[in-house]
Amino acid sequence: MSNMVKLTINETAVQAPAGTLLIDAAKLAGIEIPAFCYYEGMALQAACRMCLVEVEKAPKLLAACVVPVTEGMVVRTESPAVVKARKTTLEFLLTNHPLDCPVCDKGGECELQDMVFKYGAGESRYTEVKVHVPEKQWSPVVFYDGPRCILCYRCVRVCGEGMGVGALGIVNRGVASEIAPSHGDHLECDECGACIDICPVGALTSGAYRYKTRPWEMEHVGTICTHCSNGCKTTLGVRNNEIVRGNNRDRSGLNGEFLCVKGRYAFDFNHHPERLQTPLLRVNGEMEEVSWSRALQAVVAKFKAGGKAGVIGSSRIANEEAFLLQKFARTVLHTNNIDHHRSGDVVTLLDALSGKTATLGTADDCYNAKAVLIAGADLSQQQPFLANQIRANYRHHKAGVYVATQGAVREDKIAKGVARTSGDCMDAVESLRDKLKSEPELLVLFGDSVKGEGVRKLVAFGESLGIPVKYICLVDYVNSRGAMDMGLLPDLGPGYHAVEGAPGMSLPQMMAATDLDLLWVVGANPLARHKLASDKAFVVVQDMFLTETARRADVVLPAASAYEKNGTVTNVCGQVQRLKRAVETVGAKTDLAIIGLIARGLGVNLGKVDADAVFAEIQKTVRGYNVPLPVIVTGGAAQTMPVNGRVPATVLPELIQSSRDTLFTTGTLTRYSKILNEVLEAPGGLYR
Amino acid sequence: MKLYNPPSPLETRVVSRRFGTENSWRLDTYLATGGFEAFKKATGMTSDQIIDELKASSLRGRGGAGFPTGMKWSFVPKNVEGPKYIVVNADESEPGTCKDRLLMEHDPYQLIEGILIAAKTVGATKGWIYIRGEYRYLVDHLDNVLKEAYQRGYLGKNIAGTGFDFDLYTQIGAGAYECGEESALLESLEGKRGVPRIRPPFPAVSGAFQAPTVLNNVETFSAVPEIIRNGGKWFADLGTPKNGGTRLVCLAGHVKKPGVYEVPLGMNMMYFINEIGGGMRGGKKMKALIPGGSSCPLLRADECDIPMDYDSMAKAGTMLGSGGMMVMDEDTDMVKVALRIMRFYKHESCGWCIPCREGTTWLQKMLARIVDGNGASRDVDLIGDLAKNMLGRTFCPLGDAAAMPTISIVEKFRPEFEAYVAKNPFASSELVQVA
Amino acid sequence: MTFSPELEARFADLMTHYPQGRHRGALIPMLMYAQDEVGAITPDLMEELAKRLGITVLQVDEVVGYYSMLHKKPQGKYHVQVCTNVACMLLGGAELYDHACEKLGLGHKQTQASGKFSLEEVECIGACSWAPAIQVNYDFHHEVTTAKLDQILEGLQ
Repeated sequence: MSNMVKLTINETAVQAPAGTLLIDAAKLAGIEIPAFCYYEGMALQAACRMCLVEVEKAPKLLAACVVPVTEGMVVRTESPAVVKARKTTLEFLLTNHPLDCPVCDKGGECELQDMVFKYGAGESRYTEVKVHVPEKQWSPVVFYDGPRCILCYRCVRVCGEGMGVGALGIVNRGVASEIAPSHGDHLECDECGACIDICPVGALTSGAYRYKTRPWEMEHVGTICTHCSNGCKTTLGVRNNEIVRGNNRDRSGLNGEFLCVKGRYAFDFNHHPERLQTPLLRVNGEMEEVSWSRALQAVVAKFKAGGKAGVIGSSRIANEEAFLLQKFARTVLHTNNIDHHRSGDVVTLLDALSGKTATLGTADDCYNAKAVLIAGADLSQQQPFLANQIRANYRHHKAGVYVATQGAVREDKIAKGVARTSGDCMDAVESLRDKLKSEPELLVLFGDSVKGEGVRKLVAFGESLGIPVKYICLVDYVNSRGAMDMGLLPDLGPGYHAVEGAPGMSLPQMMAATDLDLLWVVGANPLARHKLASDKAFVVVQDMFLTETARRADVVLPAASAYEKNGTVTNVCGQVQRLKRAVETVGAKTDLAIIGLIARGLGVNLGKVDADAVFAEIQKTVRGYNVPLPVIVTGGAAQTMPVNGRVPATVLPELIQSSRDTLFTTGTLTRYSKILNEVLEAPGGLYR
Repeated sequence: MKLYNPPSPLETRVVSRRFGTENSWRLDTYLATGGFEAFKKATGMTSDQIIDELKASSLRGRGGAGFPTGMKWSFVPKNVEGPKYIVVNADESEPGTCKDRLLMEHDPYQLIEGILIAAKTVGATKGWIYIRGEYRYLVDHLDNVLKEAYQRGYLGKNIAGTGFDFDLYTQIGAGAYECGEESALLESLEGKRGVPRIRPPFPAVSGAFQAPTVLNNVETFSAVPEIIRNGGKWFADLGTPKNGGTRLVCLAGHVKKPGVYEVPLGMNMMYFINEIGGGMRGGKKMKALIPGGSSCPLLRADECDIPMDYDSMAKAGTMLGSGGMMVMDEDTDMVKVALRIMRFYKHESCGWCIPCREGTTWLQKMLARIVDGNGASRDVDLIGDLAKNMLGRTFCPLGDAAAMPTISIVEKFRPEFEAYVAKNPFASSELVQVA
Repeated sequence: MTFSPELEARFADLMTHYPQGRHRGALIPMLMYAQDEVGAITPDLMEELAKRLGITVLQVDEVVGYYSMLHKKPQGKYHVQVCTNVACMLLGGAELYDHACEKLGLGHKQTQASGKFSLEEVECIGACSWAPAIQVNYDFHHEVTTAKLDQILEGLQ
């Protein structure tokens, strides 16, 4: 390549693209230049002075984090002068840093500890009194210990640049400088915890995790956050069968280190005291705790009895579970009365894009597209990772961001064009036409206000711009997309093929049918918003909690959470990722296992009921799911192939309804998260 | 307007030539004494011609860094879209320095004319005089002067009928030494904390509000009109070869006649102290001096028989700096001087980078402990070592400014530190510490 | 929050000083001028200026804590600032400060209960050649002796 710059680092010839910072060029060559304040993708600071290196002909040591490589540069990163500078900087840093490592949450995974371990300053010449200020609590989840803070300003940047929130700042001057929260003594923010995560030391600690464990006493299980549809990888820290921490510090997965408040903290529902651990059976009108075998017997007996059955699946169960559920409904119960709560009109979008290629957007596109249009969605509230991708795209690539929404949204701040709508967004979108037309390409993300014909109009609009346009249909939950792909639909089977026979009843139809004999609800809570019309219906519910629906049930089977099972889920962009079991709850079983047990009770052979085996069947039979297994098994995200063909369905717009969750809610599940509820009740209340 | 100290007949008064004359700060006085002749001359010159005159004058930045002014102006990119600005550094806060105050007080039009010539040279349309908050009275004074200048057509549209437009404002600071550092000043001008910027880009390319900016000290701009009026060579010839011109020196400390005096570069320092400053007070002997503001390494009395110019000072291991010369007599406690200097830098460290923030704090605490009689033997070496660990490794020159005088004091007056430590009966203990 | 017409006029003028959309530049002058009128940088004032400049209160707070002349607590009617930096120290600045402490019964950054005087030991105020120097509010006094200090303080009502 012509724009490669040749330089020498530690007597090794190195090449790096022009404009590369010295610290990154060294990294490319496998040479570590230590730094606290330098953080890839964030504004440069040159504050910590750890990355000082010797550059020939320079009069003094230079900060490698702000010096771009130049042709013929000769750099030494381990010369005596550099080694001494590092050591003395660490000595300076430790003067006011409390050496409370034995009780510090960060102990064992602290960057300052690692630096001192590697670069020295093991002995201190400091005999003066340390500066001390008391620790402060800024929110239910954020604590700040000023003396531990090394002022690298990572937190300030991740909150301002990264999250677009700007809830952290620097107050005072000199040695009294410290980080301060947005509202005097407390934070009003997303409570995403990115500041805690990015803190190289134990200055910012998490209310959920502090003083719970030593880092090395945890097992780390990488799985997918069970809340929204973005499908962020979260690495759960597990100790004694309890999840004590969620983060993604290793930056594996499509989200890198990004997590929102839910991904980072809202795993605590898993250990909620109200978790169901014993099956419940209605005996003489009262719910009774019974054994699994007795509960299953009751279910099997009713399933055998036949009659008019309805099945409601979930957008939170795994693909394997959804697939098996619809297979069971269609081949065992012989019904197409199967549905789930649909939160976005993926079906119409797929149909409208039939015959076009490369038109489905991905999470990567959110970061790379030259222009992005957000139609009818409060992205920062409902799709936090995609919003983060777009902010990063704006920050790093100056992407053109356009907003057509019902109300003010955070993206307004970075938008090139903003339009408001009171209806289905098309008026607002249309008003942005000229600006959008001038962009080289466009990614459109649309929420549930764009549905049915609206989706076709939007695609026609995109078509008329004369530029390449991609679309992402926003949906609510971790497997909203997978539930549809797996055919939890009355008129479409797996892979959006038309069902055999007449389409079945939709969810509202099932709820309204007065003659329903059997209702099987797996991981959903339809009674939260619908009334069940059929009094005679025998209701079987698989859930973690005694929800509104479970209270009406005749049999409640305690289900495992997403953090307690293996399997796969498909995110809003059609990316398949793997769930990995982190913990177990005694008495609960995975939905897959429960479906298998019912089948066994009925004497039906559904094939091998095991996540891997069912996934193998999905790979073979579901359109678009012939994805490379190694990608998924190794914790990656595999992109499903677009359906690319007509989808034989007529979508009734009233079936599409997003829950319009916020950062602090995801349907029923988050009611059981203590942390989220505390955050909501904290001073300042819900931040927007 | 009254002068705070009487002038000396041994001065060479160029920028200070109107000081002490009646109504020296009024436009009419200024016009009657050659005012705006340089600007009119400059309007007939090309930018390169103006810059060449400045180069010929060997004028260097009078704020302390001493960067050649002509070269600085030449870095402003030509033929670029968008606005360009002028910023005047009137944050004068280097301890020992009190000259820019006088230039703004006594001859503000000279400053304005210098600014206008700079603006004309680089094509700037707007400028700010950033004045330290403590000089509040000067903000009011200058606001009145600017008002008069606008009314009389020397600011605003079509200045003095030349077709050139320029707006000039005062901008008050709020107490931060760091804002004397040019990029920190620009941050402050934008309404932010006065933390320096990463450079490059330098202000000439991306300065005030990210536009190309000429940023100079008050005295630097004030010297420009006379240089243009009389020619660069004329100014240069006032000094010595390579160290041309005159500059204001703020003489302070134990001399008989402290004051601000304008002298040609290259004047012998002892001659300046003895003849202009009247020698030492009370028949005392001179012990040391700080030649150009508290950031400069100290000179012992026996090192001071040298010309006051950039090269000679560098040879002596110090700097002309901002012209703040503080002379100390034989009774001066150099340990206390070192402590007072470090207290200042600790107070003014912005806190951005580790070595400066923690280094100044540590040194200040240690020096205070020594002065309090709790010094340990090992402290004496440690002072110099810590100062050297700051030197050249901080984000901006403030760390160097704190380190340089400290290193020189410990090296040159080590016995005084040892004497302090010797008074502590526990000085050699490993456990010396004070709560 | 309301300000005097003079201050409002000053604010209005300030807003014209900066390039389009860069009004934040007015923050520090506004804080300085408003502090003179309000007596301190109060939470209300920070909120008002944040609103006027379209920035967050935190962004204002970051600035307020940085600059040593911006005070969150009210000072005395006469704020006596004694410089003890090197040039003043050489000519008795420290002794002058001690004298002021004794005379006013105050320490560093303290204010009399009556609200008349407050005292601050300050860094170099730029009067080195006429040391030792003090400032009372914004007024400079040069070559101050203890006797002259007494005279100055007694002359203030």
